[in-house]
Amino acid sequence: MIPTREDGALALSKAEGDLVALSHLYTATIVLGVGALFGMLQGFSRVSWITMPPWFDYYRMLTAHGVLMALVFTTFFITGLFTYCVYHSIPRVRSTTINKIGFVIMLIGTVMAALTILSGNASVLYTFYAPLKASPFFYLGATLLVAGTWFIAADVFMNVAWFKQQHPGEKVPLPAFMATTTMAMWVIATIGVTIEMLILIPWSLGWTPGVDVELTRMLFWYFGHPLVYFWIMGAYTIWYAVIPTTYKGTVFSDALTRVSFVLLLLLSTPVGLHHQYLDPGVSAGWKFLHTILTYGVVIPSFMTAFAIFASFENAARQAGVRGFFGIVKWLPWRDPVFAGAGFGMILFIFGGFGGIVNNSYAIDVLVHNTMWVVGHFHITVGGPVALTFIGAAYRLIPYLSGRKLFAPRLALASVYTWFVGMAIMSLSMHWAGLLGAPRRTADVSYLGSAVAAAWHPEMVGAAVGGTIVAIGVLLFVIVATGTFFNEPEYTKPHPALEFAPADPAGGPTPSVLDRTGRWALVALALAVLSYAGPIVQQLQAHAYLAPGMRTW
Amino acid sequence: MQHLHVHRYERLWLTAGLVMLVFFIAVLATSAIVDGFVPPSRTQTIDPTKVSATPPFDHPGLHQIGPGQYEAYYVGRIFSWDPASITVPVGSHVTFYLTSSDVMHGFSIPETGVNASVTPGWVQSVSHTFTKPGTFLVLCNEYCGSGHQFMSAKVIVQ
Repeated sequence: MIPTREDGALALSKAEGDLVALSHLYTATIVLGVGALFGMLQGFSRVSWITMPPWFDYYRMLTAHGVLMALVFTTFFITGLFTYCVYHSIPRVRSTTINKIGFVIMLIGTVMAALTILSGNASVLYTFYAPLKASPFFYLGATLLVAGTWFIAADVFMNVAWFKQQHPGEKVPLPAFMATTTMAMWVIATIGVTIEMLILIPWSLGWTPGVDVELTRMLFWYFGHPLVYFWIMGAYTIWYAVIPTTYKGTVFSDALTRVSFVLLLLLSTPVGLHHQYLDPGVSAGWKFLHTILTYGVVIPSFMTAFAIFASFENAARQAGVRGFFGIVKWLPWRDPVFAGAGFGMILFIFGGFGGIVNNSYAIDVLVHNTMWVVGHFHITVGGPVALTFIGAAYRLIPYLSGRKLFAPRLALASVYTWFVGMAIMSLSMHWAGLLGAPRRTADVSYLGSAVAAAWHPEMVGAAVGGTIVAIGVLLFVIVATGTFFNEPEYTKPHPALEFAPADPAGGPTPSVLDRTGRWALVALALAVLSYAGPIVQQLQAHAYLAPGMRTW
Repeated sequence: MQHLHVHRYERLWLTAGLVMLVFFIAVLATSAIVDGFVPPSRTQTIDPTKVSATPPFDHPGLHQIGPGQYEAYYVGRIFSWDPASITVPVGSHVTFYLTSSDVMHGFSIPETGVNASVTPGWVQSVSHTFTKPGTFLVLCNEYCGSGHQFMSAKVIVQ
């Protein structure tokens, strides 16, 4: 994929593309900074170290934290990452117009939703369960954020289609393949929340008298769980394609990497009912079907775990290093790009097995809507995903901006700080959850109840851990800002060094894996099959509509 | 068509993983079929705007239906549970019937495993045998608005 002669037009196009990707990444950086500050204040508020003023109450802040972190930060980082992956693995003279349009729409949507939340007109949390009724601007803003991502998806798809047309018989470069498979999954997943918005927007405008609450919940979680896999596939893209370059390694198997991404495309969506185990109106049989499929989506993660460790071992053996501890010690833990992903992987061991636990509804009954769940998603999206993204930002920002990384030691410190803080925070949250502490509650003292008193030490642990994480985020924001103001004196590396090459021992890649369009149709069929039963059950029940209200 | 090359160790690793997952599924299926242990999944509708006029939710509270057997009808409304307190003897088997007259609530009794979503438009049901005496905290674990943290009740077991 190395262009033999980079002419002027190509260089100009590349520079423009780099700026586009950079705008996504810097937006994500700002959002992460604000979101982390709110997160830390929530921790303080729950242990009564501070009392939030009425003009910025706990639930308003919690809504802002959830929306900014789960929906905005992750989405902007991933669209930036995939823009980079596609533009750099498929060099060409290209138009970035569609990507720019998408970015602007995402930004308008984010600002609209954020202002609505901050003004107190949408304290509905990031799951916005009806019949809590927010201002229409909140739903419109969120819809625009999602609609903007479709333009980025179109940009990714069109570049890959161009590559296939220009290079018949060749396999799509792995980073572009991972981007296109993930965006295909994302487009299928966002159908759910889009239909939900088509119900909620007219209702919030007062045009319809009520909503079918269970139906909107089902549509939300049809989207809500693949959202999690959207984050994870972004992190996996970095683990497979970028991280091996930090230790001169290879992609263990090009073919199996593609198999795991195809499996994630197929199985990310038809699993959402595992968020609704305790819901009325959904038969236990449908819940069990989704339990089985949820176990299925564990398999590509097992494959990824194997491939990552095999890549470590192969490279270490090449360097003459052997033995488990020898390899672990040999890995470049002083490189923030590696350390971010490496610590993320350690946290994901706990996060992944925690997920398997939650999927078993016998245990889910004990932890549903408790702090355990909060601990679980902080050790997943706040662990492997965010840590990998932060580490990758230390690589991508200098590459894309041509500016030297500001204060590399601060960058390294940010990753270590985040890891320690997140481990303390999420462990405390898991523990509090096992003792029964509910999530999403401003004050957990329950008028001095004895059982509630037992949660206090764990919540102090979460507040302390959260403070340490926030310090890590502050360091990240300082490094990213400092790099922004550095002189453009950094020589961009040769494109061949940006992505890891595949190990030839991995064998040939069957061309069928590259047919993303067809796999997407299979994925859509699976989603329809797994949701047809429960949706028909909802519609046949002719549930009474709930009028909705503003309860904050 | 080219064949996939899968490393021998990876085959072993994935087989072990698959066996583990199949085992988990078998455990859940067995507990569902043999012990009847399934998540609360009642499918009974109710008009959320007319809860206080719909029997039996027009008179929420505890009803004895046999020796040691009780039914408890609860209505969740911002920001309280009705009834606020019930008292049952040790060893009682209580079936809770739950609904909401406004937004979503979550019915949770920490230390007992009682946990269920309460959705306007639906009646949810969950049961539990109280084997230990004490005062159990009933709380709302689904965000319902500005007073969500005050939404609680009591089950007193004597």
